[in-house]
Amino acid sequence: MKENALKTFSVGPLNVHVLPSTTYKTNTILLHMRSPLTQETVTKRALLPYVLQNGTKDYPSRQELRQYLDELYGATLNVDVTKKGEHHIMTLRMEVANEKFLSDRRSLLERALELFSSVLLSPKGTDRAFDSSIVEGEKRTLKQKLASVYDDKMRYANKRLTEEMCENEPFGLFVLGNEEDLPSINETTLYEYYKEVLAKDQFDLYIIGDVNDNEMKKLIEKHFDLLSSFPKRESSSTTTIQEYFKKDHREIVEEQDVQQGKLHIGYRTQLTYGDDDYFALQLFNGVFGGFSHSKLFINVREKASLAYYAASRVESHKGLLIVMSGIESNKYNEATKIIFEQMDDMKAGKFTEEDLEQTKAVLKNQLLETMDVPRGRIELEYHNQLSTKNRPLDHWIEELDKIKKEDIVRVANKIQLDTVYFLKGKEESSNE
Amino acid sequence: MNKVKFEQLQETLYYEELPNGLQVYVLPKAGFNKTFATFTTKYGSIDNTFTPLGKQEKFKVPDGIAHFLEHKLFEDEDGDVFQLFSKQGASANAFTSFTRTAYLFSSTMNVKENLETLLNFVQKPYFTDESVEKEKGIIEQEIKMYEDNPDWRNYFGLIANLFEKHPVKIDIAGTVESIHEITKEMLYTCYETFYHPSNMVFFVVGNINPEQTMTFIRENQGAKEFSEPEKIERFFEEEPKEVFKKEEKIPMNVNTGKCLVGFKDREPDKQGKDLLKHELSIQLLLEIMFGQSSKNYQILYDEGLIDDSFSFDYSGESGFGFSVIGGDSDKPERLGERLKEMVKAFTEDSLTEKLIEGVRKKKIGYFLRALNSPEYIANQFTRYRFNDMDLFDVIPVLESINNNDLEVALREHFVVDTQMSQCIITPKGE
Repeated sequence: MKENALKTFSVGPLNVHVLPSTTYKTNTILLHMRSPLTQETVTKRALLPYVLQNGTKDYPSRQELRQYLDELYGATLNVDVTKKGEHHIMTLRMEVANEKFLSDRRSLLERALELFSSVLLSPKGTDRAFDSSIVEGEKRTLKQKLASVYDDKMRYANKRLTEEMCENEPFGLFVLGNEEDLPSINETTLYEYYKEVLAKDQFDLYIIGDVNDNEMKKLIEKHFDLLSSFPKRESSSTTTIQEYFKKDHREIVEEQDVQQGKLHIGYRTQLTYGDDDYFALQLFNGVFGGFSHSKLFINVREKASLAYYAASRVESHKGLLIVMSGIESNKYNEATKIIFEQMDDMKAGKFTEEDLEQTKAVLKNQLLETMDVPRGRIELEYHNQLSTKNRPLDHWIEELDKIKKEDIVRVANKIQLDTVYFLKGKEESSNE
Repeated sequence: MNKVKFEQLQETLYYEELPNGLQVYVLPKAGFNKTFATFTTKYGSIDNTFTPLGKQEKFKVPDGIAHFLEHKLFEDEDGDVFQLFSKQGASANAFTSFTRTAYLFSSTMNVKENLETLLNFVQKPYFTDESVEKEKGIIEQEIKMYEDNPDWRNYFGLIANLFEKHPVKIDIAGTVESIHEITKEMLYTCYETFYHPSNMVFFVVGNINPEQTMTFIRENQGAKEFSEPEKIERFFEEEPKEVFKKEEKIPMNVNTGKCLVGFKDREPDKQGKDLLKHELSIQLLLEIMFGQSSKNYQILYDEGLIDDSFSFDYSGESGFGFSVIGGDSDKPERLGERLKEMVKAFTEDSLTEKLIEGVRKKKIGYFLRALNSPEYIANQFTRYRFNDMDLFDVIPVLESINNNDLEVALREHFVVDTQMSQCIITPKGE
């Protein structure tokens, strides 16, 4: 892992992280804007970055903005919203070719940074409102996106499980908000919220590529000058784990016209990124269901031929473990029985040292591979911003190596079954 | 070992054709942790009628067998190859397309062991009646997963409209019925015919020493015995030049409709530089007509007919070629009509140099970005190789395409009356 170190400094309210690297043929600029996930703001945040990417004062339409991106050798600009634990994160991302590989050598990176800052700070509109047709267009698109979550059954089942399981917690909110909020949002109310974002959100700006941190500092001071009038932020890293004790788990079964049933099972791990046992939890997940050598894959798929996929993943900042499998609708009992047995085996320590070593090898490999991709690199670094714990990347591998079998058994025994959600097909129901 | 330098891209590619016919390519990438390798046979879902190795009669196999074979090759006498790869810290995978089956791994450690595992498991088939039966349950679930996926149904629905006879219209995984006809013996027949080294390409990209890597592969192959290479005979029924059906509507359990419009190549016989030029010309035209910076995109967006799922693509191989345009829409029929009108208007208008320059720059930028990805390089390079093209020709060819080339591609490909078809997904009950 011989990579250059990340250089971090602040420019006004911006937390800037620069990573000089000659590995990539492009330069990446990425901004994460973070605030707590709440009912009042969730839909506005799902809308806001999409409105911003539709026009600036200089490039006042989507078409003009995109034409300018084409001119910058097909620079890409994209935005999204995600949730990490109970943080709601809006992201702007730009990737631009490194001019060293082009015959045209004017600084693409500076032009890209200039555009990037104007998307954030000089949106089309007045000083009191966004452009109303842009906002209306994006409201329509968001409404359609929300409706089509239903069309992707895996995603739908995942959303339903989270809603049911975390009913009374912010995490139960859907990342794209909800349709009911849309009528009350307009170009003025959204603009007011935008001002609030500029004043309050945590901003982390990442720049990765063939760059020099001193030069970047100058460029950022120049192009993000408009932000300097906004206050500096207190660093707030709230990890929102709730001690959660439920005696019995819940089962929720829903019927739809589908060919394949979707079985999604939610567990509480009582552990998040900042905990000492976090690495043991990652290894637990690897032995249990994270990979194609894991217990779920071997037992549900390879041995019982019940599924094409059977896997688990950890929600690092919320303390959840989610199992997912696509099965025949009349195989619910068989599949859940096998999955629960695998969990019991983990708790009872019924796995070998070899299983553990294999999982360590695969996890280490995955970490190193993630670092090859600018996005992956940022993703790993950003975890540290979300937690009170700063874990330098080169420690990860040492930490993983230290984990013993008993650590995993200890972690396994903290894990509690919370909710089983099953989306099943209609025709099959009579055969059960 | 041969060596080609690509100055502008600062890449050097090493290659060698081994005595058994295997083509090996090595691309060193300094600064990467990861090494990525693919072992690919020129054999995919369309190769369903052929003369088996050593036989005289042609043979037609059940739909989905190339994909089935891909699944089964991961099983060895001593168990599952996935297990071995993960012990060596690698993640392995495979995929089957219309024309290729690829086996791959990526790893940051034990690269030599992993290269050896990849070379050996692909060259050592082991099928039993029992394991073939067991796989049917797994693939059945894979098929059902895709049956619930409206984008997949829309895409294959469109291809089935465009083509009447060509096996590209068959779902790559087959159907629940067709996979139940598959036997161990059929798998061996397909394996022996298509997995001869002379029908395959091995590509390694990553932080590796090219000489050592090449020597290692050469020695591994030298120690194995293969029959003399034979030319593989594949049969395709003659495909009409024009589209098979103009329209298809598939009701599904969804909230949002979808519309895809497709254009079929009339003469899909291009290979080498001709195919590369054709493919890049069509992609440039699609970008000019419907890219995010086009007038049409803005209009469709303002009319409320598209959202960010809107996209387009061109696929061309020897024997078939088609482009696809569309996405989610709550007025999918209207979107289909508008796309048709826009293509028609575009073919009647003339192309301006400025428009071409913009998208040309964009494509070059995209290509450079794609070269960050070892996966992209290995997969695309192999696909190009099988069609006699060279991945590293993309930039020079892109730079050479002129107005006239685009006019030719436009007249040839985007013919609304005879070469266009559409497929629509509608919410059930509407």
